[in-house]
Amino acid sequence: MNADTVFERPLTAHIDPTREPLSLKEYEAVGGYAALRKAVKEMAPGDVTKAVKDANLRGRGGAGFPTGVKWSLIPMGADAPRDKYIICNADEMEPGTFKDRLLMEGNPHQLVEAMLVSAYAIQASRAYIFLRGEYILAAQRLRAAIAEAMESGYVGAHILGGSWGVSLSVHTGAGRYICGEETALINSLEGKRANPRAKPPFPQIAGLWGKPTVVNNVETLCNVPHIVNRGADWFHGLSQGRSQDSGTKLYGCSGRVKNPGCWELPFGTTAREILEDYAGGLQDGLKLKCWLPGGASTDFLLPEQLDLAMDYDTIGHAHSRMGTGLIMAVDDHQDILKVLLNLEEFFAQESCGWCTPCRDGLPWSVKILRALIARQGRRKDIGILEEMTHALGPGRTFCAHAPGAMEPLQSALRFFRDEFEAGVAEHPAPTPAELQVLT
Amino acid sequence: MATIHVDGKEYEVDGSDNLLHACLSLGLNIPYFCWHPALGSVGACRQCAVKQFKDADDTRGRLVMSCLTSATTGTYISITDPEAVAFRASVDEFLMANHPHDCPVCEEGGHCHLQDMTVMTGHSLRRYHFTKRTHLNQDLGPFINHEMNRCIACYRCDRFYREYAGGTDFGVFGAHDNVYFGRPTPGTLENEFSGNLTEVCPTGVFTDKTHSERYVRKWDMQYAPSVCMHCSLGCNVSPGERYGEIRRIENRYNGTINHYFLCDRGRFGYGYTNRKDRPRVAFIAQDGKLAQASTEDARARLGGLLRGAKHVVGIGSPRASLESNFALRELVGAENFFDGHSDAEHVLVAQAIAILRDGPVASTTLKALESGDAALVLGEDVMQTAPRAALSLRQAARGLGQKLLAQQKLQHWQAGALENLAQDHYNPIFVTATHATRLDPIATETCRAAVEDQARLGLAVAHFIDPAAPAVAGLDAATEARAQRIAECLLAAERPLVVSGTGAGSAEILQAAANVAWALHARGKTVGFFLAFPEANSFGLGLMDARPLGEALDALANGAAEVAIVVENDLFRRAPTARVEAALDKARLVVVDHQDTPTTRHAEVLLPAATVFEGDGTVVNNEGRAQRYFQVFDTAYYHPDIATTESWRWLRRLLSDVRGDGHDASTFDEVSSACAAVLPQFTAITKAAPQAKFRILGLKAARTPHRYSGRTAMRANLSVHEPRASQDADSPLAFSMEGFNGTGTDNTPADQRPGALVSYAWAPGWNSPQAWNKFQDEVGGHLRGGDPGVHLFTANTQASTTYFTHIPAAFVVDNTTPRVVALPQIFGSELLSSRAEPVASRITEAYVAMNGTLAATLSLAEHDSVAVTIAGSVLSLPVRISDALPDGIIGVPDGAPGIPRIATGAQATLKVGAAA
Repeated sequence: MNADTVFERPLTAHIDPTREPLSLKEYEAVGGYAALRKAVKEMAPGDVTKAVKDANLRGRGGAGFPTGVKWSLIPMGADAPRDKYIICNADEMEPGTFKDRLLMEGNPHQLVEAMLVSAYAIQASRAYIFLRGEYILAAQRLRAAIAEAMESGYVGAHILGGSWGVSLSVHTGAGRYICGEETALINSLEGKRANPRAKPPFPQIAGLWGKPTVVNNVETLCNVPHIVNRGADWFHGLSQGRSQDSGTKLYGCSGRVKNPGCWELPFGTTAREILEDYAGGLQDGLKLKCWLPGGASTDFLLPEQLDLAMDYDTIGHAHSRMGTGLIMAVDDHQDILKVLLNLEEFFAQESCGWCTPCRDGLPWSVKILRALIARQGRRKDIGILEEMTHALGPGRTFCAHAPGAMEPLQSALRFFRDEFEAGVAEHPAPTPAELQVLT
Repeated sequence: MATIHVDGKEYEVDGSDNLLHACLSLGLNIPYFCWHPALGSVGACRQCAVKQFKDADDTRGRLVMSCLTSATTGTYISITDPEAVAFRASVDEFLMANHPHDCPVCEEGGHCHLQDMTVMTGHSLRRYHFTKRTHLNQDLGPFINHEMNRCIACYRCDRFYREYAGGTDFGVFGAHDNVYFGRPTPGTLENEFSGNLTEVCPTGVFTDKTHSERYVRKWDMQYAPSVCMHCSLGCNVSPGERYGEIRRIENRYNGTINHYFLCDRGRFGYGYTNRKDRPRVAFIAQDGKLAQASTEDARARLGGLLRGAKHVVGIGSPRASLESNFALRELVGAENFFDGHSDAEHVLVAQAIAILRDGPVASTTLKALESGDAALVLGEDVMQTAPRAALSLRQAARGLGQKLLAQQKLQHWQAGALENLAQDHYNPIFVTATHATRLDPIATETCRAAVEDQARLGLAVAHFIDPAAPAVAGLDAATEARAQRIAECLLAAERPLVVSGTGAGSAEILQAAANVAWALHARGKTVGFFLAFPEANSFGLGLMDARPLGEALDALANGAAEVAIVVENDLFRRAPTARVEAALDKARLVVVDHQDTPTTRHAEVLLPAATVFEGDGTVVNNEGRAQRYFQVFDTAYYHPDIATTESWRWLRRLLSDVRGDGHDASTFDEVSSACAAVLPQFTAITKAAPQAKFRILGLKAARTPHRYSGRTAMRANLSVHEPRASQDADSPLAFSMEGFNGTGTDNTPADQRPGALVSYAWAPGWNSPQAWNKFQDEVGGHLRGGDPGVHLFTANTQASTTYFTHIPAAFVVDNTTPRVVALPQIFGSELLSSRAEPVASRITEAYVAMNGTLAATLSLAEHDSVAVTIAGSVLSLPVRISDALPDGIIGVPDGAPGIPRIATGAQATLKVGAAA
């Protein structure tokens, strides 16, 4: 497959970065809000959930959890709590990831419709878009789209004249990466510290203000109207048999490549296609050293792994994670320690401070990396970093933040150990504490 | 029960517990920080990791947090697994990365949970060689020091202060390794339970500022099991002494009363005992002034005085022990023994005792309050009069979360889940008072009205619950509906609570509360009934059936009696000044007290009494539980000239002098046994604690930790020869580190330490207050040797319910002579604590509170000065406008400087424009 191959791009078909996004009228003219009309007029809420389940839509935020299964855990029926919530996780702060921004800035009505259809499926009473605070343009465009949708009766107490209604609002975040974790997001929306919550109870049972809540990623939700309109079989076909996973995926590439960007491609497109066909390969004179398949919290992969299909299972079997699917390319002129420092500084800064290994381990890893880069490291420091990849690993910490931070570190230690060794000083400078002892 | 397997051994545990709780209860050691038995599990610190296996054959296993894992049958875990051990050490290493290692200058050192856990995890070598993060500290007021650099971010302070205690001026700020625990801006912590931060904090971030000035290590203090004297609840405390001064109070665990927490009045109110102006020797009046005298001279003078007097009256005290009151009664005769309460309180205490003793529902315990699931708080401002009970009531309100947890099939200890589920929803609590109370924020409904109207509401509630209870005629529709709501809510509860007390100054309130409790009982509900009393031993004194104080004052004033012996009491707090002066001007006054009060200044002879820390005694708390407090230290050891001793001992000496029998060396057990023998209502008091002859493995219990240092030198200013340690004939405790110092075990009764004899929390490897784990039958449960104290009577559940039938008339608003209500104050209302400097600094300025309507009538604005005439005294007070006060009622803060003790209910006149 190359860049000229023709295939369907349902999510980005109506996105044209050179012009303003579609107005409500324009969106309706290309079939917009038909899915909402179909769901509300023709389908029971459970039918929508079933359609999403049948389509095998998996969460595009990085974890790949089946969306229909998530929805089916929400209490339904007459005995269910009156207040239920759906939240769009639009707090896109994963380094190197800019796919949700494209969707929201490019076609805000698509997300608005997606929120409404999904809210209908779980019979939510309120819907929130929790938006990264820096996405100012997206906020403007989403708010404008919501205002248009309200005027047209798509948002409100009696949607399309029926008995069901939902309100929809945009909440801009105050800038914490951890708000991408759904329970931290819920805490933040409640005005509390953005710390992840204990599970159980899961948000589907006790989420926002203790009520049943679904949290889904922007890209995940944007698939929903298309699934409702065109059905599961069509959705399965989108990946053209390249992957067990269905649908398209917004892939992308950043780093010193010729044409960094974000493209909607069939699920299972290989990393090489993304890097070479779409991103145009590395800039002249540079060679690929390694790559992160989907954001900062995934393990490095090597150039020889470029032919892996970018889907959850294939990348998982290669001891990394597909994550958000936006590749970061590292070239041979980059010092792996500096790349890591950049990543770990981010993770250390963004630790919420709740659990010990993450709170106190990550800043320590940053200090070690700085020392190694300054050629002032100590031999035991490398051992400490290695220990951290276990002590901050899955199950050791309260949430997935620190384990995510350890993924690039552990793979870098595996692949580029010599660069760490080079940071060890023969005669390290005395620390302030040691200086005090000496004087 | 559940069977779990720990490192290859099988144990029976409570399957509803988490593994950490279960293992600690078994006596196994797992280090932990964020978990606390009263706060539950949140999984923040990751210190309690153990290896869990799928089954007996699984050898790989995976690490789990023991605090977050249920101890269900078939659980296989290893604490000693190398991976678990290594991970726990690494967690401790992370925690210590930024810790300043300032143990030598840290006041937590020696009773620090972080030190203990660091030793337990084996982290000993520092590998972190970078700079540490530092913080600015805050001035948190007179009680608490703040040293944030020591913080290991366990989040306990935040969880205790905000969730458990309901504080709103404290929280977590910042993120990552820069999280900060403190107030938004520096300033005094507002919550009434802030002192518990010093024990909840596992390291030295929050330490006791009152201790700081006269600091000494935990192991260098002498302790005894003691009881808080600052309200009627009888919380157990562990006072620490060095060089003849009380240096600090810590909580003493009692699983049926205060368990882990104290209020700030109780913790920081001890300074009265260290005051320099205390009488420490006898005084005899000479030329109108008290002059120091030898004990012999004083006794000689008193012997003559008492033998020559025709009629001697004795006035007891609710802040003196049973033994001291009894010895006074012995000395003057039962017919001449008078109550030390005011006459109003005399009636109220008698009423409250009658309700609890003769009615079908006895008092519940402080701990049991926490398991209530609906409450009516009728007329009692518990946060000010019995503060620790307000903390328990808050837990009852938070109990809604427990119901929600159970609905989700989650466990009671899943504190994070509880917060998610309950949010800010609470079990129903109805609060009635004349004014705004600190329970209002969690109240379902508040009712602010005059006491009559509150009583009428209560009586109406009782009638709705049980139609056999009398109805209240003439209620307005809103009150009627409210009464019905409250009644339905209490009836719907599994364990409804009725909380009231003497604090409102109204017997009608007490009667209404009794009717509600009895009606619930009659309807088959298990009702928790709880009444606050005025003072620490009000219940005990009330049981002595003393005559009211007014009769004694009259007898003295009219010459029918010529000598008055006043024990540990300031009569000017009990009756109007003019009336007391009229009596004391005529009388020859003998005072036995440890404080210099207006009463002592009238004394002909003043004998120096011991404070609770300097002597032995028994007090009866608000539930009718007799509790023993033990002498913490021997005053004469450091200062042989000091003559202080217990009032009962002085009185027994005087009795001996009067009788001339030469038997002036009574022991505590003699007096206590005599009291039990003479007054059958006190039969049980001798079982409140083991008697002096009791031994554990042949030993007395040690008062000091085994590391206690300096004993050979601490008295060298007097003599280089170290005297024999003081001998204690009154208790099975030794003034020494020599003695039993163990925790006891489950298996061998021989080394079981009775709960009443545990002076402080210490166990090998456990130097912090967390050591209470080692004394409990299960963690957070009861003391293995029994929770201290003995009930003087049990509930007469078969008693027929005879409802009170008196229905008070509704309050009539009269804004020209409004009614005065003394607003109780946690800091100020109680005498002894308000004589401690840190507490005194928290006492409010005087003011008069009124609602906006009354203020507008008088053209008064906030802070305006107004002359208030109450019972003849004119006070010039600034106005505070509080619309929580009903029409026709003004409030003045009880115990504020310049405010005389005013009987609630007096009529006042207000005059605007009077010179300030």
